[in-house]
Amino acid sequence: MLDTLTEALRDVLPADSVISDPVRLRTYECDGLTYHRATPGVVVLVETAEQVARVVRLCNDFAVPFVARGSGTGLSGGALPREDGVLIVTSRMRRILEVDLPNRRAVVEPGVTNLAITQAVREQGYYYAPDPSSQQICSIGGNVAENSGGAHCLKYGFTVNHVEACEIVTPDGDLVTLDRMDPGYDLLGAFVGSEGTLGIATKVTVRLSRAPEAVTTVLAAFESIEQGGRAVSAIIGAGIVPAAIEMMDALSIEAAEAAVACAYPAGAGAVLIVELDGPAAEVERQFARLEEICSGAFELRVAADPEERAAIWKGRKSAFAAVGRISPAYIVQDGVVPRTSLPRVLAEIDRLSAEYGIKVANVFHAGDGNLHPLVLFDDAEPGAGERAEAVSGAILDLCIEHGGSITGEHGVGVDKAKYMPRMFSEEDLDTMQLVRCAFDPRGLSNPGKVFPTPRLCGEVPGVRKGVHPLVESGRAEQF
Amino acid sequence: MPAQEVAQGWARTGVTVRDAGPDDAVCGVSPRWVALPETVEEVSAVLRVCAEHDLAVVPAGGGTKLHWGPAPERCDVLLDMCCLNEIVEHAAGDLVVRVQAGVTMEALSAALADKGQELALDLPFAEGTTVGGTLAAAVAGPRAFRYGTARDLLIGITVVLADGTVAKSGGKVVKNVAGYDLGKLFTGSFGTLGVIAEAAFRLHPLPADRRWIVAVVDPPDVSGTDPCRAEELAAMLAAAQEEPSAAELDWPHGQGPIWLTVLVEGTAADERARALAGRMGADVVKDIRDEPPPQWGLILDDDVLAEVRFDPSRLTRVLDAVHYSGFSLRGSAVSGRVWLELWGDPGEEKVTEAVTALRGRLDAAGARMTVLATPYEGVQRWGPVGSLPLMRRVKQRFDPGRRMSPGRFVGGI
Repeated sequence: MLDTLTEALRDVLPADSVISDPVRLRTYECDGLTYHRATPGVVVLVETAEQVARVVRLCNDFAVPFVARGSGTGLSGGALPREDGVLIVTSRMRRILEVDLPNRRAVVEPGVTNLAITQAVREQGYYYAPDPSSQQICSIGGNVAENSGGAHCLKYGFTVNHVEACEIVTPDGDLVTLDRMDPGYDLLGAFVGSEGTLGIATKVTVRLSRAPEAVTTVLAAFESIEQGGRAVSAIIGAGIVPAAIEMMDALSIEAAEAAVACAYPAGAGAVLIVELDGPAAEVERQFARLEEICSGAFELRVAADPEERAAIWKGRKSAFAAVGRISPAYIVQDGVVPRTSLPRVLAEIDRLSAEYGIKVANVFHAGDGNLHPLVLFDDAEPGAGERAEAVSGAILDLCIEHGGSITGEHGVGVDKAKYMPRMFSEEDLDTMQLVRCAFDPRGLSNPGKVFPTPRLCGEVPGVRKGVHPLVESGRAEQF
Repeated sequence: MPAQEVAQGWARTGVTVRDAGPDDAVCGVSPRWVALPETVEEVSAVLRVCAEHDLAVVPAGGGTKLHWGPAPERCDVLLDMCCLNEIVEHAAGDLVVRVQAGVTMEALSAALADKGQELALDLPFAEGTTVGGTLAAAVAGPRAFRYGTARDLLIGITVVLADGTVAKSGGKVVKNVAGYDLGKLFTGSFGTLGVIAEAAFRLHPLPADRRWIVAVVDPPDVSGTDPCRAEELAAMLAAAQEEPSAAELDWPHGQGPIWLTVLVEGTAADERARALAGRMGADVVKDIRDEPPPQWGLILDDDVLAEVRFDPSRLTRVLDAVHYSGFSLRGSAVSGRVWLELWGDPGEEKVTEAVTALRGRLDAAGARMTVLATPYEGVQRWGPVGSLPLMRRVKQRFDPGRRMSPGRFVGGI
């Protein structure tokens, strides 16, 4: 089946766009989450929306699943290929088609990197607000699929709040524009964050933001994580919405120090990075208030220019990679709790850590309760990986118990599909499937992601009418 | 339908159901019953009875916008959500609130203000609107420029589908990308996908201070410049690092001078407002006030009401198109979204004529006009919508029996 499809793909695409050589295919076997791997059946490097549509229509003709991939930086396996399917890579679609400053927007192809948009408009005093930490590499198409956030989404929101329109290829292969300004259902809102299961974005209109007049970045070092946590509560309680509030614990500071020599204050049990931005008069007064709030800190550093700011952010931004210096292997977790539950949840994580004999370094977006525990283990030690996974999973259970979420920004992908039933009821998941079935009745668009066991469209629960062809051919599971 | 069986169905639910009266009609279509559920489970029970007997349902909150949109194809049950009026949880430290759909926005605002917080949505009517109706109609107010619209502030939703299924998505944390966002889909869906039963919102601290800069500018053709002064000011305001929250136009009858009111809020609001006013020019700025001007952000007359959306750089052309049309224009110069109101009813023929002519001129100006309310069914409400086939498929999946507000939405959905 795939061989015939590959032939058909070669007929409609330029010669160098179709990859079927087994060695080259392996380049695409995983995304940023490297422990899920699958060699794609065939890879196409598309260059236009029409090509995407043609590929998708062919996939429909052959009833073959397809997966879209941007830069492959995702951390939940959302772009994990299918061995029996087509991987549609959009990284050649990297033109910025239009910059329209009077209307504060840019129209870009999906392969354009997040940072490239900001770089295109920075000199004019604008930027693209969502800033996932992979922004130098990650693509806008991927950001749309994952509804990416970043350190500054506390104040400015996520990708979905900054996308005005998307041209998409639907799972049927139709080219449709979803525009926020259209009357009718907010299909754009449903599409953003659907992790490639509702179609493929081929053109994205993003909103550009005006650069703030003033930015002040503060690093406050506390003796304990509790003290840092109290400062965060006081900031929110004072009615201040900083652009970012980040926290690191002693272990993650140690790792950052070893990796990038960020020179954070020695002996800190926690550091807090607070960034204030906005009109100069506002930032100035909020900073004065912030100084009072952080009076319990044993050291307070203030960055007034971009270099000093970069120095403060250096440790935080390197934290994920840095733990590699202090641990042979680690799992990056992503969970959310209501901000006020942070102290209790952190204490619980400590308890889990002691119980399993597994160290956990905590780096988190403290302003919105988004935790990124780094679960450290030695993969050479028998059983350590399993214990680390158990801790990592137990942290997600904690998040759910406290009314939070199993993912704040990395997405569900394949990695967390099995946790969805812990957060959502069967009715919730079935209702989400209605959206899926409206867009993708044949279940060809990135199947196996987000939802644990998709119910086939058109099936009424409990009513069986013989074996579905997809089940018969082993491409779907029925329950 | 056998009324007796239905009555038995109601009795089984334990929900208060009364016979409908003439005041309960939706756009002239009278329901037979009015159901008053008090819990999410009761909403579900009512909808299950409706499913059993193929009864069409129109959900209603405060009823302030119930006359908007086309008349329902049929309406057997008016689902009055007023009794789901509990603020379930206000986690002030988390800047999050969970509320039932029937809570009025005034009650919610008052409760939040007690803790120095607000849901940053402006309401088009001073009283009576509910959380559910606000979401279902998703009308954007002045401060949408800064805070976004209802869909941007909604973080979780509980809905009841036509078959009685209770489903939720999102949650009560702001940052959350688990699963599809049903909240976005239901926001602005005018009751056609199901019933919004409960919602969770992200909140903002109440601004420390507020100032309104009141200015008056000439309409486009009087000053003879292109772009007109209003557009120039809008462009400056949208890019201003003083970060105004809103810039509202008010142009009664689409003729004479245009009022432009700019809201600056937050810390150092006065200082920032003065700086902005200086840049706007002493020739146009009339006042800086610490109270909103009368009728700030309100819809004044919605017998015939349209919404126009456009790129802010097309403001001059939009104003040109509306000039002398008889419509009053109110709305955001910086977001590119204004309401057109026809004050006084000139009758069906004239309304149809006026709307058709205006839509032609606005189309030519690159703007899109949607008629939100009109008593006349002959008026063309929507322009072309590219993704309509997908919308129909969504509707078909959520409400295959077409029982939820049938015919009330774009394309007759």
